[in-house]
Amino acid sequence: MKHTEIAIDPFAASVAPEPAPAPDAGPPLRPHGAPAGRPSLSLARHLVYVLKSNPMTLVASVLFVVMLLAAVFGPVLAPYNPLKSEAAAALQPPSFSHWFGTDDLGRDVFSRVLVATRLDLTIALAAVAISFVLGSIVGSLAGYYGGWIDKITGRIIDTIMAFPLFVLAMGIVAALGNSVENIVYATAIVNLPFYARMARAEVNVRRDAGFVQAAKLSGNTDLRALATQIFPNALPPMMVQISLNLGWAILNAAGLSFIGLGVNPPTPEWGIMVAEGARFIVSGEWWLALLPGAVLMLAVFTFNMLGDGLRDLVDPRQRT
Amino acid sequence: MILSDGGRTIEAAVPLVKVDNLSVDFKTRNGIVHAVRDVSFELMKGKTLGIVGESGSGKSVTSYALMRILDAAGYIAGGRVRFSSIDIGAATEAEMRDLRGREISMVFQSPRLALNPIRKVGHQIEDVLRQHLQASAANARQKAIEALRHVRINNPEERYHSYPFELSGGMCQRIVIALALACRPQLMIADEPTTGLDVTTQKAVMDLMADLTREHGMATILITHDLGLAASYCDDLIVMKDGEVVESAPAEVLFKAPRHPYTRKLIRATPHGTGTIRELLPEDSPLANRPVPASPKSAEHKTTPILAVKNLVKEYPMKASAARRRGEPAPVFRAVDDISFSVGHGESVGLVGESGCGKSTISAMAMRLLDPTSGSIVFQGQDIGAIPAGRFATSEQRPRLQMVFQDPTDSLNPRFSAARSIADPIRRMGKLGSARAIAERVEQLAELVGFPAHLLDRFPHQLSGGQKARVGIARAIAVDPALLVLDEPTAALDVSVQAVVLNLLVDLRARLNMSYLFVSHDLSVVRLLCDRVIVMKQGRIGEQGDCETVLEHPTNPYTKALIEAIPHPNF
Amino acid sequence: MAKVKTKSSLVLGRVVQAIPTLIGVIVVAFLLTRALPGDPAVYFAGPAATAESIEQVRVALGLDKSMPEQFLIYCRDLMTGNLGESISTGQPVLSDVMSRLPASLELTLTALLLSIGVALPLGILAATQPGTWIDHLCRLIVTAGVSLPVFFTGLLLVYVLYYLLGIAPSPLGRLDFIYLSPPQVTGFYVFDALIAGDAETALAALRQLVLPAMTLGLFTLAPIARMTRAAMLQALGSEFIRTARAAGLGWTKVLFAYALRNALLPIVTTLGMVFSFMLGANVLVEKVFAWPGIGSYAVEALVVSDYAAVQGFVLTMAILFVTINLLIDLAYTAIDPRVGFDG
Repeated sequence: MKHTEIAIDPFAASVAPEPAPAPDAGPPLRPHGAPAGRPSLSLARHLVYVLKSNPMTLVASVLFVVMLLAAVFGPVLAPYNPLKSEAAAALQPPSFSHWFGTDDLGRDVFSRVLVATRLDLTIALAAVAISFVLGSIVGSLAGYYGGWIDKITGRIIDTIMAFPLFVLAMGIVAALGNSVENIVYATAIVNLPFYARMARAEVNVRRDAGFVQAAKLSGNTDLRALATQIFPNALPPMMVQISLNLGWAILNAAGLSFIGLGVNPPTPEWGIMVAEGARFIVSGEWWLALLPGAVLMLAVFTFNMLGDGLRDLVDPRQRT
Repeated sequence: MILSDGGRTIEAAVPLVKVDNLSVDFKTRNGIVHAVRDVSFELMKGKTLGIVGESGSGKSVTSYALMRILDAAGYIAGGRVRFSSIDIGAATEAEMRDLRGREISMVFQSPRLALNPIRKVGHQIEDVLRQHLQASAANARQKAIEALRHVRINNPEERYHSYPFELSGGMCQRIVIALALACRPQLMIADEPTTGLDVTTQKAVMDLMADLTREHGMATILITHDLGLAASYCDDLIVMKDGEVVESAPAEVLFKAPRHPYTRKLIRATPHGTGTIRELLPEDSPLANRPVPASPKSAEHKTTPILAVKNLVKEYPMKASAARRRGEPAPVFRAVDDISFSVGHGESVGLVGESGCGKSTISAMAMRLLDPTSGSIVFQGQDIGAIPAGRFATSEQRPRLQMVFQDPTDSLNPRFSAARSIADPIRRMGKLGSARAIAERVEQLAELVGFPAHLLDRFPHQLSGGQKARVGIARAIAVDPALLVLDEPTAALDVSVQAVVLNLLVDLRARLNMSYLFVSHDLSVVRLLCDRVIVMKQGRIGEQGDCETVLEHPTNPYTKALIEAIPHPNF
Repeated sequence: MAKVKTKSSLVLGRVVQAIPTLIGVIVVAFLLTRALPGDPAVYFAGPAATAESIEQVRVALGLDKSMPEQFLIYCRDLMTGNLGESISTGQPVLSDVMSRLPASLELTLTALLLSIGVALPLGILAATQPGTWIDHLCRLIVTAGVSLPVFFTGLLLVYVLYYLLGIAPSPLGRLDFIYLSPPQVTGFYVFDALIAGDAETALAALRQLVLPAMTLGLFTLAPIARMTRAAMLQALGSEFIRTARAAGLGWTKVLFAYALRNALLPIVTTLGMVFSFMLGANVLVEKVFAWPGIGSYAVEALVVSDYAAVQGFVLTMAILFVTINLLIDLAYTAIDPRVGFDG
């Protein structure tokens, strides 16, 4: 099995399309005679349907907004200075004054978690943005032109994918130097194959579609047809991928800082907070590791749910 | 009285299948859809019943209900189905399982998909035989081979070991039939068994089915959209529309004296070798009585053709690893093998052949979407074959050469509104500058092709097949082409829609003074629209000439076979 | 008629196809060792190096030569198994990695067996009974599963099962210090102890294994269950299943011989990706449970900037993963008759 043909992302596993109903096997989706609504109206109706049938999408949307607010206003809203240690208040369990307790230096865990939102989201967003832009350009060209462009990019992507991705990210950060910036680059590189392959596949199936040939007959050059006709059609599944991938990017970055890469200790960041708190687990100070970990989990969960909802919105048939 | 023979008489009078007021509903997100309403019919032993209807008429759903293999969302909402003495609606799942395959079996459309792709076909037949205790472990293999031989497959011992992907579509359909007949059922349901097969293969498969069912005295239900096919092979016909039966009668009666207007419309719309293109339309259509405009041939058409193709060749490389290792040149597949023909000014030429004959490759090359391996394509005196396909989009000649595509759904960008699709060529190549002028032109074009102006801002998924076809035609004529290539423009449409679209094409040709190159697999449609026809087989021209001559007096045996394979009822 | 290649030539073809990937991996690994900002010799010599030892490293690594030359030297070193020396342990990296690899493999394979054992039945049940509680459970596990940071799950399990309930042993390595490690045969402690006839040590090793294997297994459960469910749904909805049903075949026959066998193809393909995530997550799990595998070796090496060790680890993981993918490809070739068919 060539790597270019396989479903590359277990998160996207359910993208495998279910067979379209045979023309005469099922009833028409719209009862006969019912007029089709205006596009915007029907989209709104569809949105309501998706939210109704899957209330988790609504929950995820709310959580997403909360996260964005935390990222923007976190430092302002934090009840304590996240860096200020206070020996007298060390290792206090969660209480009314310290919602998430305090750490071994007496810093307020909740403030640190709140302030860390911005850094974690920024790393993930920056990494995903880089890999999305590069991946879709490279993948679209490979999928449209085939030939040597496809062969070379395919080979490079296969090589990246020949490494366990987290391990490759470790190697890249170790080689480029231990900094937040390099965590972004490493995460972007290991994410690149997903976007490149997806763009390639989405463009490739549409390359010979009737509407693309029609576009060429209408005087569109190849590049123009690719950019204005094919790519917009490939975008919805890629948006789903972005949402699912953001969760994975956060996990990846947090994992790297958990093993001591990227972010340096006093800086609040979810992964490193879990790592610092890990040694207190066996003595029962659970809040140090588990509460930042839970917030991290919630963030990833939000993006995954959002991705699922988006998938339903884009194509209800692909729902699994 | 006939007491001595009473048992048999009564048996003959009891129908094998009796359906009373059957209704089937589907639960969907928009509420319940009544897919089948109040359908009743009877089928006697040894008889063949045809259920005819266009897409969405509920004909397939009816047959699934008969076997109780509806999708999870569908259920029998009312009525009764009896098979012999069994009440299908009340039978347990275990009883149904015994019935399926042994007493009632089914042949599906798209035979390749109907077979398990990773199991040997012989084993798939064995599965059925073993399930119904028609064979033991010891003789299953021999019986499976017997079943293959029964459907006239050569080398059944060898084919036993084949996987579906190694077989042609027609061969796969034979396997599916072998599977259906393996246990000698009393009833066979064939659901569009020849859709997607070439006409000659279609005839072979249908004849085989007819022979075998006659041999075993089996009853058959044939589900099809093709009225000609149904009438040729069935004793009785049922016509369905929107989930209801509109008319049922013996085939001959229904064909000669249809009572329901819908049946009349359907019969008229089915091309049947005689009559004009106007006669495809319903009698009450305002167009039906207008004369057919002659094709706009000019005097010069014989002397200077608008399109002249000379010695056109298209080769594709085949997998060459083995040959390369032996040092031989890489083998090539000639999809188009040294073809020459021309289309005169205002002339319409039909390009006919079965799938894989190279007709679509020729049209793609003539359209300059594909580069030929060798040969010339002269359009209005210029060798456009010399301009690479990649650069032709910006050529002067681009607007002069346009095309209407086979699948109206596939050929419209799902994210473009109808208006934007039509406007695209005008924006790229038209001389109109302002958005206002373009919008006016789009509306004018919509009117020309009979597309309602208020639907212009809709997206393809909100339009019907016929409406999408009109958008595709409007886009193709937007920049005043001189030559229009029509690549099976009606293959994906229901016959009644096809009738309307064909008539539209005839009128547009006269009005806009265009030449047509009409690519099709259907000789009876080509006859209606074209002056000349070129019959292709395996990349070469088999026969060409005036439509009438070729169709009435074919000289090439392949052309003869093609003509004979068109199903037409002989009454 | 198209040609169908024989199975043996297909297998050979697959093995040959892995070679360019392997070369790619080696090139990337080489580039990583040379991409170090500043002077690679300084990095490889370690933080406590003198100017003299740095120069020694420079010559030893061939860093004074041209790039192609350096690459050839790198390849030659690889051939002879020379991955350099670890600064922290003072041992050749290869022997370090080899001695720690069995621990990682024991953990990974146990976790894989655990997750396949749960995910496959779960996915099949969910696909055959859509809309029921088992389907919802599957969806919940799948969505929650991919959102769980593996180090968080590990710590949570430690807190609940060790600190609160006291069921699990302390999360420190493969064997409690009161036991001696069994004589090495397979490198897997549980098996080695059983081979040595020491049931008590085997049990103790198994107890140590349970928590980390569960953690890692939970992580891979989600993608496998998700793919199983999706692939089964697709297989069950396909037309040949309708044919099989219309032919009256029994439910078990339809489910296993027809649907599952077809669904296995995408599931097997997913396993490649699952392994990729697993080998990465392995590093984190080993850190949480102080598991003495190559993952924790790499983490320790990272902390002290022991670059030869880190690069050796990355390369070992990649070669391991390429081998796994090759095995998956071969499994696929065995299941799908269409592989190797050129139309």
